[in-house]
Amino acid sequence: MEEHIHHVEHPDMYDPESSKIGMWLFIFTELLLFGGLFLVYSVYRYMNADAFHLAAEELNTTIGAINTIILLVSSMTIAMSTTALQKGHKKVAMALVVVTFLIGFGFLVNKYFEWGVKFDHGIWPGSEHLINNMSQGEILFFGLYFVMTGLHALHIIVGLVIMGFAIRGINNGKVNAERPSLLDNCGLYWHLVDLIWIFLFPLFYLIT
Amino acid sequence: MHTTSAVNGANYLTYQGKYRGLLGWILSTDHKRIGLLYLYSIATMFSIGVLLGLAMKFELLAPGKTVMDAQTYNATFTVHGVIMIFMVVIPGLPAVFGNLMLPIMIGAKDVAFPKLNLLSWYLYVFGVVLVLIALFFGQGVPDTGWTFYAPYSFKSGTNLLPAIFGAFVLGFSSILTGLNFLVTIHRLRCPGMKWTKLPLFVWTLYGTAWIQLLATPVVGITLVLVALERTFGVGVFDPALGGDPILYQHLFWIYSHPAVYIMILPAMGAISEIIPTFSQKHIFGYKAIIASTMAIAFVGYLVWGHHMFTAGMSGTAQYYFSLLTFIVAIPSAIKVFNWISTLYKGSINIQTPFYWAISFIFVFMIGGLSGLVLGSLATDIYVHDTAFVVAHFHYIVFGGTGFAFFAAMHYWFPKIFGRMYDKAWANIGWLVFTIGFLALYSPMFYLGMMGMPRRYYDYLEEFHGGNILSTFGSWIMVTGFVIILANLIRSARKGSPAEVNPWKGKTLEWTVSSPPPVLNFDKDPVLGEKDGPYNYE
Amino acid sequence: MSEEKHHIVPYRLYAIVLLVLLTLTFASIGITGIELGAYTVAGALLFAILKSYLVLIYFMHLKYDKPYIRIMVVFVFAIFVVVLVITMLDYLYRV
Repeated sequence: MEEHIHHVEHPDMYDPESSKIGMWLFIFTELLLFGGLFLVYSVYRYMNADAFHLAAEELNTTIGAINTIILLVSSMTIAMSTTALQKGHKKVAMALVVVTFLIGFGFLVNKYFEWGVKFDHGIWPGSEHLINNMSQGEILFFGLYFVMTGLHALHIIVGLVIMGFAIRGINNGKVNAERPSLLDNCGLYWHLVDLIWIFLFPLFYLIT
Repeated sequence: MHTTSAVNGANYLTYQGKYRGLLGWILSTDHKRIGLLYLYSIATMFSIGVLLGLAMKFELLAPGKTVMDAQTYNATFTVHGVIMIFMVVIPGLPAVFGNLMLPIMIGAKDVAFPKLNLLSWYLYVFGVVLVLIALFFGQGVPDTGWTFYAPYSFKSGTNLLPAIFGAFVLGFSSILTGLNFLVTIHRLRCPGMKWTKLPLFVWTLYGTAWIQLLATPVVGITLVLVALERTFGVGVFDPALGGDPILYQHLFWIYSHPAVYIMILPAMGAISEIIPTFSQKHIFGYKAIIASTMAIAFVGYLVWGHHMFTAGMSGTAQYYFSLLTFIVAIPSAIKVFNWISTLYKGSINIQTPFYWAISFIFVFMIGGLSGLVLGSLATDIYVHDTAFVVAHFHYIVFGGTGFAFFAAMHYWFPKIFGRMYDKAWANIGWLVFTIGFLALYSPMFYLGMMGMPRRYYDYLEEFHGGNILSTFGSWIMVTGFVIILANLIRSARKGSPAEVNPWKGKTLEWTVSSPPPVLNFDKDPVLGEKDGPYNYE
Repeated sequence: MSEEKHHIVPYRLYAIVLLVLLTLTFASIGITGIELGAYTVAGALLFAILKSYLVLIYFMHLKYDKPYIRIMVVFVFAIFVVVLVITMLDYLYRV
């Protein structure tokens, strides 16, 4: 009787397509969230083209490129993990997600060092060096740099957390070929993080 | 096999599941209970907002300081705006009537993500608490206006961070509701419920949900930028560091203009339900209303600059925004023709929801037409930032969303509570409210044209008469509101039991018991070829 | 309740897409060496757009999903671009 009441109140409403659309809709909100920042970037880039060029020289293109490459690789590995799950290769799927996780973590480590170098040079939002020695365009560039890469890094962290849940789900069998949504959607979210970086990289590092 | 209503003979109001009493409500994932949770929260916040509005009107009863100084007045209109916009009219109809009625209207058991739905309400409450923290702790109540314009929003010494954070959280609540409704409408329609058989309220919720989803993130990031500016001095909107305050306005209105369509589309949807029911006639131009709904939702993204004509944009931008503003008025006007045409040769049933619907059309039209004055560059320069604007948006938002909310409340009340309200008192309440409303806001058009600025606690002596009339109007209107509220509250508990279909409506919610069973339907509905909303033969 | 099982994407296809993505990445770094003036932005964005197309279609599975999801994605990008263009109407034409 207890179970029946429970079933009445919470009928199992799992529908993979609903789950997928739900994730896509959430991705749309993230696109518009970052879109607002890209809009700010566009306006200030237009108004301060030369200063942006100059400021971009301060960034390390090599580290930026490495981050781009490893993020792309991690997108492949998590995409592959969905294939593995559908084929029923549980261990392969797990391994691929773990690799993705480690790469994502590596991205954050790189970012930590990159920002560290900036701080060593006295560059952070509101720093004296920035305010006193740089032109307005350069101040804006770095303001946007920290906000946009910072927000992106925050999303990497969220992605890693979701991956943690996916790993647990694959491990205990709740996420499987018949019920793959947690992994599929985790993948979608990770690809979104990759997409944002695909635009961030050229706009900040390649405009020298 | 048990039917849902036979489980323990309960409807959604009386059902006791895993949790009992209050817990059974605040932990419930039943869309109907969540709808009521929103109704009570929103009604509470609205009442607080009304009190703040009354305080403002009282200050404006006479020139000079009446009961408060300028700083207090600034804080009052700021909080009034934040409450009314973010906590009342944006969640408004979708959170209350969307939650209560949408799944039933499409033949579903619940929304697509019931737990996410409950989370939306928790976020709403959390957002409210954050804003309240801004009021009662810290350096002073925010005084920037609900619009948080830069650079003042990052220079003001008042306690802005909790308010900004609160608005952000409220926005997230709105996004999740929109997301939920979109998936629900796409995936949970019962067999036979094609897109072309959806009730118009559902269509408007669909259009609204897209706006909630896509526009809200933009104000989200904008508020984050203001918070970062206050905390770290990033420079994005600070002219001293190269930032452009007008860019703040662009970002803010890129959301806040579509937001007004979040407010008005479901309102129009509710009216589109009520008019056919009380004319006992099929809605005139069902497809035209759908097309105009989607047109408003889309074109609404393209007009935001009409809030910024005097800010310093380029001439090109000004021309462009003025043109698009006139264009977006067209689909709204189409709807008015549709509603009036529906009434023609209908069998009119004059009841409380009908009074609200008709007065909605009247005040909405006045609000809309005054919008054209504001949308035209030459006249806007003259009335921008005057009481004329205040009259315009109260007519269109309060007159629009507000009247439609009352209309929807009196329409769906018997279904929601299983009881009928006292119709005589409901009509008296409507009449007193409407008279008060007109007295409160009409003088503001004139005062604005004569040059009285908005957001000032003081004014020139020549504006005194109009202000007296307006303040008296506020007292009459609130009296009407009290009558309405008292009637509804009393009737929810002690009103006479309502029938299944007291208004002879044709949409699915009128086929289930009043109040509905826990899982909405005893048997999953199936729509035949000939079935559909508004099929009054 | 579930949709028709879309075919399982082979590992190889994902690997090929990655190779193309990496190639495009190197190319985009390479062309910064070439002096393009005002077209630098356009060039950089073009590569970014190509890369995102591949990520969307293959990694994010849009190629194998029902068409309405693709339509939604296009629509969302379109709205963003339109809003961006309109905003630039202000900045491009200020005196």
